[in-house]
Amino acid sequence: MTMASATTPPFAAAHPPDNAMLREKIALRNLDFYYGESKALNGISLSLYANKATAFIGPSGCGKSTLLRVLNRMYDLYPGQRAEGQVLFEGKDILDPGLDVNLLRARIGMVFQKPTPFPMTIYENIAFGIRLYEKLPKSELDGRVEQALQRGALWSEVKDKLNANGLSLSGGQQQRLCIARTVAVRPEVILFDEPCSALDPISTARIEELIDELKTDYTIVIVTHNMQQAARVSDKTAFMYLGELIEFGDTDRIFTSPSDRRTQDYITGRFG
Amino acid sequence: MQSDHTAKAFDGDLQDLTRLVAEMGGLAERMIVDSVDALIRRDIALGQRVVAADAEIDKLQHVIEERAVLTIARRQPMAVDLREIVGAIRVATDLERIGDLAKNMGKRVAALDSDFQPLKLIRGLEHMTDLVQSQVKSVLDAYAAHDLPSAIAVWKGDEEVDAICTSLFRELLTYMLEDPRNISFCIHLMFCAKNIERIGDHATNIAETVFYMIEGQQILEKRPKGDMTGFASTVPGS
Repeated sequence: MTMASATTPPFAAAHPPDNAMLREKIALRNLDFYYGESKALNGISLSLYANKATAFIGPSGCGKSTLLRVLNRMYDLYPGQRAEGQVLFEGKDILDPGLDVNLLRARIGMVFQKPTPFPMTIYENIAFGIRLYEKLPKSELDGRVEQALQRGALWSEVKDKLNANGLSLSGGQQQRLCIARTVAVRPEVILFDEPCSALDPISTARIEELIDELKTDYTIVIVTHNMQQAARVSDKTAFMYLGELIEFGDTDRIFTSPSDRRTQDYITGRFG
Repeated sequence: MQSDHTAKAFDGDLQDLTRLVAEMGGLAERMIVDSVDALIRRDIALGQRVVAADAEIDKLQHVIEERAVLTIARRQPMAVDLREIVGAIRVATDLERIGDLAKNMGKRVAALDSDFQPLKLIRGLEHMTDLVQSQVKSVLDAYAAHDLPSAIAVWKGDEEVDAICTSLFRELLTYMLEDPRNISFCIHLMFCAKNIERIGDHATNIAETVFYMIEGQQILEKRPKGDMTGFASTVPGS
């Protein structure tokens, strides 16, 4: 028996391979992003997997929301912002200028930090999005609205008041309405930008539960400042800092035994 | 070295836990030495003091557990911090068991009534205790200093203790076969030897905990172990 140092093979437990049994949904290849002259993302490469939730974490200004906004070309709305590199969605580059952005956003939906229901009825909040992409007879539309509200875990609470204004709901309900609205157009990927930061713990738990259920059908990406939330809801975690991807791997590992010192300092509250 | 937390009080919480574990470790070490000392010198009063000291260890374990749970609830620790706290709970559990084993030896002092006291056996027991006590001391130092190589050395060093224990068992068995009047004494001594050997096992458990705290994963390799079954082969005709 030889004295092994801590890092020699007999002691170095192999973490299970990160990417076994995963299907790549979106692949980022060497992505740079600029706000005018200033570079906000630097050479990001990572994979987002189908039916998995991936969390982006990192301190404010690290680029995680920027990265999320690239994934459905949200930045297109603002002049002077541009992305370089590749973002392959099912193998097709979504940075391609010729791409139909509206169609892309139907396939990659987004839920924002603050609930943003439209100032219309609950029913219309859902039906509005569907009508943008599909012409459906009333009965079928009703079915789709119900289905979406059920998927958003809101149906039982609103089924008797579908004609009430969406804004009359509580904050947590409004956020679930927004999730239902996103789900209604049957996307493949749902992006969540700090979806619970304005919600109380119970509403937060409902949303987290919902995200867990949505994973069976969708690819989920979530930006959150809440470490525990990232640890609870995601399968993969990407830690970003100063526009760079520092560490990406299985959430269970990142939150118990991260490889990079900066990741460790951030998640344990030792940063700066 | 780890840098400080942004929330300074968190560092204080963790330091408190480490300090409490060290205090508990000091107590446990003294109990080991005292219990064997009492056994060899047939010092019933010292044996009783060891029994009484166990309550203190138990109390400290409760304090550590409460503090650990409170810290988890308050800070929701992650990664290295989480492992530090889980480590403190685990080490405290091992130390509490060490206390129980020493207490058990302390209790046996009063039960040893024969004058039979073969020197060779006593020396063997003393030697084994020295080894185990130094294992416990080293591993507690390794815990306090986050010293991985020392922890691994303890983890691997238990083999010798196992070997001595086996040879003690074999000798005790011979004495018992020689004269049935020795049986009561030998059985007590056998339990004591086993207790010391178990204390050694707890030291290796703590070494595994230290490994986990530092590396974030369990030791995968199998620990080298002395053969504990061979002693029975001295039974004639079996």
